[in-house]
Amino acid sequence: MPWTTVQVEKLDNFFIMGDHTGDRVLTYRDALREALDQSLARDPRVFIMGEGVDDVAGVFGTTKGLKEKYGANRVFDTPIAENSMTGIAVGAAMAGLRPIFIHARMDFLLLSLDQLVNHASKWCYMFGGKVKVPLVVRTISARGWGSGAQHSQCIQGMLMNVPGLKIVAPATPYDAKGLMISAIIDNNPVLFVEHRWLHKTTGYVPEEVYSIPIGKGVIHRRGEDVTIVAVSYMLVEALKAAEKLQESGISAEVIDPRTLKPLDEKILVESVAKTGRLIIADTGCKTGSVASEIAAVAAEKAFHFLKKPIKRVCCPDTPTPTSDVLEKAFYPTAEDIFAEAVSLVRE
Amino acid sequence: MEKSKWMEMYRIMRLIRLVEQRINDEYKYDEIKTPIHLSIGQEAVAAGVCIHLRKDDYIFGTHRSHSQYIAKGGDIKKMIAELYLRKTGCARGRGGSMHLVDPEVGILGSSAIVGGNIPLGTGTALASKLLNNDRVTVVFFGDGAVDEGTFHESLNFAALKKLPVVYVCENNFYAINSHQLSRQVGDNIYKWAQNYGMPGFQIDGNDVLEVSDYAEKAISRCRNGEGPTLIECLTYRWKGHIGTVDDVGEGYRPREEYEYWVSKCPIKRFSEFLKDQGVLTDELIKKIDQEIYDLIEEAFSFAQNSPKPSPDELMDFVYAD
Repeated sequence: MPWTTVQVEKLDNFFIMGDHTGDRVLTYRDALREALDQSLARDPRVFIMGEGVDDVAGVFGTTKGLKEKYGANRVFDTPIAENSMTGIAVGAAMAGLRPIFIHARMDFLLLSLDQLVNHASKWCYMFGGKVKVPLVVRTISARGWGSGAQHSQCIQGMLMNVPGLKIVAPATPYDAKGLMISAIIDNNPVLFVEHRWLHKTTGYVPEEVYSIPIGKGVIHRRGEDVTIVAVSYMLVEALKAAEKLQESGISAEVIDPRTLKPLDEKILVESVAKTGRLIIADTGCKTGSVASEIAAVAAEKAFHFLKKPIKRVCCPDTPTPTSDVLEKAFYPTAEDIFAEAVSLVRE
Repeated sequence: MEKSKWMEMYRIMRLIRLVEQRINDEYKYDEIKTPIHLSIGQEAVAAGVCIHLRKDDYIFGTHRSHSQYIAKGGDIKKMIAELYLRKTGCARGRGGSMHLVDPEVGILGSSAIVGGNIPLGTGTALASKLLNNDRVTVVFFGDGAVDEGTFHESLNFAALKKLPVVYVCENNFYAINSHQLSRQVGDNIYKWAQNYGMPGFQIDGNDVLEVSDYAEKAISRCRNGEGPTLIECLTYRWKGHIGTVDDVGEGYRPREEYEYWVSKCPIKRFSEFLKDQGVLTDELIKKIDQEIYDLIEEAFSFAQNSPKPSPDELMDFVYAD
């Protein structure tokens, strides 16, 4: 069993109450797989490429069995050449196809930035809208079990500085399916940010094809005293923290932006207008993070509502350590969010 | 090859030369506010390759792309308007000289990142294969791009998947001022093809008939599903890397080298051949040139009289609808 799978199997089951109810419960992994399966079925232009997408493990189960169902022209393995394979996907997109390119680790995405940043993201603008690049790039950030400095990065903050690139980071099974379908339908390059620890979370997911608008956040829990904006996996920690805060008599509002770029500024400003306190939890390192950008938006557009300084709960500015002791010290948890919320509300 | 195609190749080479010379002459007036990279001296490569392409085939060029754009049939008025950064330009003033585009004739945009276009053209070739059509892609790049990983990664993938793509290296020996031999061991770029499992050739890029001959075979291999080819065309740019400067002598390229290549002018050679064959006369040369001058005059006048983009368009086209 791959080492990160060992780690994920050890996690407690976490059921996410999404903004959807129903009687069909799926894991995040199976919701993603269903979105890919349904997209391959309904649109012959869609295809999936990436290292190991057609092997028995199928990218942690998210592409399992799809090659058998749709054939080797629609789901295929690639050489380990992240940059050129990105460019090849971009070229195929220019010629009218809808590629989904998968990096099993977000760290590997760094090898592809020339094609993603210099080419895919700029093409529409640079050519006055004459050529479109409808591309989805899936990346998965790992964590724990000694993943170390090169197999655990969450660099979504860095990539918010790229004009022309859309970035989504769904945290629930419902959002994973809906945003994957939206990303495939979208006529622009969309970076689809996943966290390995979310793959096992469960939630209600409808069987039919549905999309979720890119650029719209969601309120997962309504509250009055403090706003917690949580990115990707940090939603799980934020919901745990909110539960504990409730027991301590503090009412927290938990928001998931779902799309990092373009960001839903409205949902953020409206919440801060109500609570006057803001905590932002991100999976990446603190400097130049998604949390930094959200804090800047709040400072620009909601400053007069704020009763206390904005707090960011992120990883420190160090490479990820491999030691389990240091790893524990490195990652922020629900406890950190809880402590920040208590100090904002009580002090 | 039919004689009408000879004449078309001659006309295209002449068109490239005269358009480039006019750009060169106009540049000093500072109305073309974009970096330019002229193709004078390298006309035979684009002309000899593109003569065999269909309108719906794809090409990908580089920062030095004027010749390829013209040879593939890109709209000249929109090209010149783009150099003048006008709203009527092929990229609506967003791209400039290094970013020419004309999707109507299979030009999906040129990249100004060395080697950046090689994966893109490999990708359109992948699309042809997945869509099961016979559209061919030609990627043009310089010897500098062979330094980049994208050249190697793309050739490997194209061979692995037998993609309908022709890699055309315009080896003019220089990356700005840096000679090929100061960047690469050996001067046999075409030999990379062998290990990547495709045919590779090194040919005289100033002989349009030789270019045409090799390109025709490579393109036909693509149409028949036989996979990619690498063609290294030895050629030479007469002007400096950028702008209208001459970078010859005194710390730059040796004058003897420059003069040798000027003596091998691809247009002069081909016109002499055509005269020997009895299909080109001085009178006909004048007639063709006059038609080209008229076309160029019309394009420059169109460009200079076109509106510039307005500031309120700044945010348009960041995203496609």
